[in-house]
Amino acid sequence: MVSLLCCGPKLAACGIVLSIWGIIMLVMMGIFFNVHSAVLIEDVPFTEEVFEDSKPPSKMYKLYEQVSYNCFIAAALYVFVGGWSFCQMQMHKRREYMVR
Amino acid sequence: MGSLFRSEEVYLTQIFLQVEAAYCCIAELGELGLVQFRDLNPGVNNFQRKFVNEVRRCEAMERILKFLQNEIETDGIVIQKCDDNQKAPVPRDMIDLEAVLEKLEGELQEINQNQQTMKQNFLELSELKHLLKKTADFFEKEARVADESYNEDTSNLLELQSAGKLGFIAGVIKRERLLAFERLLWRACRGNAYMKHSEMEMVLEDPVTREPMKKNTFIIFFQGEQLKQKIKKICEGFRATIYPCPETANERRDMAAGVSTRIEELTLVLGQTETHRNRVLQEAAKNLQSWMTKVIKMKAVYHTLNLCNIDVTQQCLIAETWCPTADMDQIKRALDVGTSRSGSTNAPIMTVVQTRMSPPTFNRTDKFTAGFQNIVDAYGVGNYREMNPAPYTIITFPFLFAVMFGDCGHGTVMLGFALWMVLNEKQLLAQKSDNEIWNTFFSGRYLILLMSIFSIYTGFIYNDCFSKAINIFGSSWRVSPMFLNGTWSEELLQSSTTLQLDPAVPGVFSGNPYPFGIDPIWNIATNKLTFSNSYKMKMSVVVGITHMIFGVILSLINHIYFRNVLNIVLQFIPEMIFIFSLFGYLVFMIIYKWCNFNVHNSQYAPSILIHFINMFLFNYSDKTNGPLYIHQQEIQSFLVIFALIAVPWMLLIKPFILRARHLKSQRMLQSPTTGGIEEGEAELAHSSHASSSDHGGHDGGHGGHDDHGGEFNFGDMFVHQCIHTIEYCLGCISNTASYLRLWALSLAHAELSEVLWTMVMHIGLSSGGYGGLIIIFIIFAVFAVLTIAILLVMEGLSAFLHALRLHWVEFQNKFYSGSGYKFCPFSFAAIVSGEAEA
Repeated sequence: MVSLLCCGPKLAACGIVLSIWGIIMLVMMGIFFNVHSAVLIEDVPFTEEVFEDSKPPSKMYKLYEQVSYNCFIAAALYVFVGGWSFCQMQMHKRREYMVR
Repeated sequence: MGSLFRSEEVYLTQIFLQVEAAYCCIAELGELGLVQFRDLNPGVNNFQRKFVNEVRRCEAMERILKFLQNEIETDGIVIQKCDDNQKAPVPRDMIDLEAVLEKLEGELQEINQNQQTMKQNFLELSELKHLLKKTADFFEKEARVADESYNEDTSNLLELQSAGKLGFIAGVIKRERLLAFERLLWRACRGNAYMKHSEMEMVLEDPVTREPMKKNTFIIFFQGEQLKQKIKKICEGFRATIYPCPETANERRDMAAGVSTRIEELTLVLGQTETHRNRVLQEAAKNLQSWMTKVIKMKAVYHTLNLCNIDVTQQCLIAETWCPTADMDQIKRALDVGTSRSGSTNAPIMTVVQTRMSPPTFNRTDKFTAGFQNIVDAYGVGNYREMNPAPYTIITFPFLFAVMFGDCGHGTVMLGFALWMVLNEKQLLAQKSDNEIWNTFFSGRYLILLMSIFSIYTGFIYNDCFSKAINIFGSSWRVSPMFLNGTWSEELLQSSTTLQLDPAVPGVFSGNPYPFGIDPIWNIATNKLTFSNSYKMKMSVVVGITHMIFGVILSLINHIYFRNVLNIVLQFIPEMIFIFSLFGYLVFMIIYKWCNFNVHNSQYAPSILIHFINMFLFNYSDKTNGPLYIHQQEIQSFLVIFALIAVPWMLLIKPFILRARHLKSQRMLQSPTTGGIEEGEAELAHSSHASSSDHGGHDGGHGGHDDHGGEFNFGDMFVHQCIHTIEYCLGCISNTASYLRLWALSLAHAELSEVLWTMVMHIGLSSGGYGGLIIIFIIFAVFAVLTIAILLVMEGLSAFLHALRLHWVEFQNKFYSGSGYKFCPFSFAAIVSGEAEA
């Protein structure tokens, strides 16, 4: 069985930092997309047909919400990355105490 | 009086110590770390000082300790860190320590020597063993060849065999030399020698250099005695080792067996030597750190003893030290402890000495203020008792950094980094890394903490978070009134790419500006830069002029402290007049224009820059640039003339007054009447009092007070004053422009941030559907790495550098002379941790 410890301590630390930042930032971005913030309009992938709407701006809002769901799920993926990096750190710390 | 506003009072004291007590007293002072010794024997060579023998002995011990450390580290034994509170041992303990160290060194060297010889033996035996094996192969092959060709005609070997007996030489040579060896052999023996070689698979260790060696075995067949001598010489030349190899198979087998047993015995002995060496080194490793501390402290004490003078009666040592006034009691107590430790009865005597030398500058800092004091001292250590820029730098430096860096997202990431460093201070300090970059960042952790907090604040003001604005309070701009009350329509929406919100239309701009910071609607405006550039440039000028005026006011405080009334009247007042009437007026114009023009009359708003230039040219006939307010012409003319008066005021008056003073004091000295002498003495007393209260503190007063009978060079004085005036006046203009870098860097930061978002994050967010999910996941990682590398590290260092330059040049040249020298106390803590030279 392949050893569970596959990255060094520095890589694990970088992973933890990146995941914490990713979780916080992606969750906040998801929230801001969810409340249809006007500042983020250029990041929403809209096309011409969005403007031919019977009940504007519901199509636009739907697009906003799609992006926000993407952000939330990416944040969840980063939770996994963070958890895995954290486990690697713990394994490293335990190894330091073991007598070689 | 200890405070960070100016450096502490430092007195020159003479300490009289008994010779027996001297060592212990100085050791106690070293532990205390508050006293700086002066070198009383500057002309004496290092080798002629009194305690040179003791220093030599200490250095010999240091050499042994370094050798031990080397050996311990090559063996991979960890040196224990003991608590470094070892006191410097008394001189009689030094002899014991010396003996122990020398014995250890001798033992270790003997072990090393033996190990080397045994390894050499081992090497030879291994080579011999391999050689025997290989030659056995050779001979068998030869015999087989002989058998096979026995049936054939004219085999060369048969002829050779019949002609004479073949001799052979067997040996071992390094692989690199083999090819050259073979070629030389061929040429030298004219092809009459036959060589076979094969590689030795086992890699052997060179006993001296401990490097692995690769060798080959060879066997050379030849005929005749002369050839044998030649071949032997060639082998010696190539440093190939020749081994005696018996000819018959039986003898070879016996020899191989003998060699094997010897190798086994040798391996056993080598193993035991190794364990013995390891044990010795482990014993040494336990005490190594404490020995090193003791020796370093001893050497430091002897160096300091060398700086002192021995008086005439040879009974007493005289040391001259700079002591901070606030610590006198502690120093006296340390001296008493030292005397009691040495068992001497006479107490040391400490007296304060009046001197004209300028004392060192001592700023008492703790771990928070040390960072800021360091960046001030990096430019120049302040003069004695001069205003210290450090306490203001604690706030202005992070603020100017934040003006150039302003982004709350980046500020938050930086805050995380700074908090990690500050909260884990103790662990990180204990690690004692060698990496200089890390040490620089770590020693500036409080700077980074403050810089990040201020950046978050300016990020909120610029309303910039990873280049996006945050709408907290609700924007003050509305779009629908443009349709209802204004000129917009459906056709306009279809046909144009950009639309302009007109605040003159009622309802578009609510009249209440956004409560804190820049309105978030500017983030999505295409003319965002036009607005923000104008704002940031004017703000930089206002901040800059305020900073510089603050610097000039600090110079007033300096003049007051050093009681330099002349400077106040002849330098401070014209400086203030100049900067206020010209640049203070510029600030006034900026703020007036901001307050007085709105969208309804903005097309008539004049250009401030043109007005400023025309002010100097007294040109009021430009009709395209209307006046800002009525009577502007009169006020501006008055201000310019007032400022121009200030220039000769600064330039001309002071040298003449100083010359008059000098002449008057000379006349006083030469006056023969007693009244005159009394006046003269009073004058002398007054000026010596003045001189002792301001040693070396002010600029431009060189000829002023220090010259009863000294030199007064009027030409020098005048040129000096001229340079100061020109530097100040032209500097005001150029330094104001220099502060525009606050605008430039903040623009660069904002643009880089926007580009990074548009080109990296945008790709992730705008790919719709579920593929976009994975893309966002990966792109965020790329975005984070690029943000840290470009925006945090590069822009952060850049903003740091420019903020530092603004402090060092534009702010400090208004009041700081920075030509003092730093107070470096004799402190064991500093020496042992490697910060100070022993």
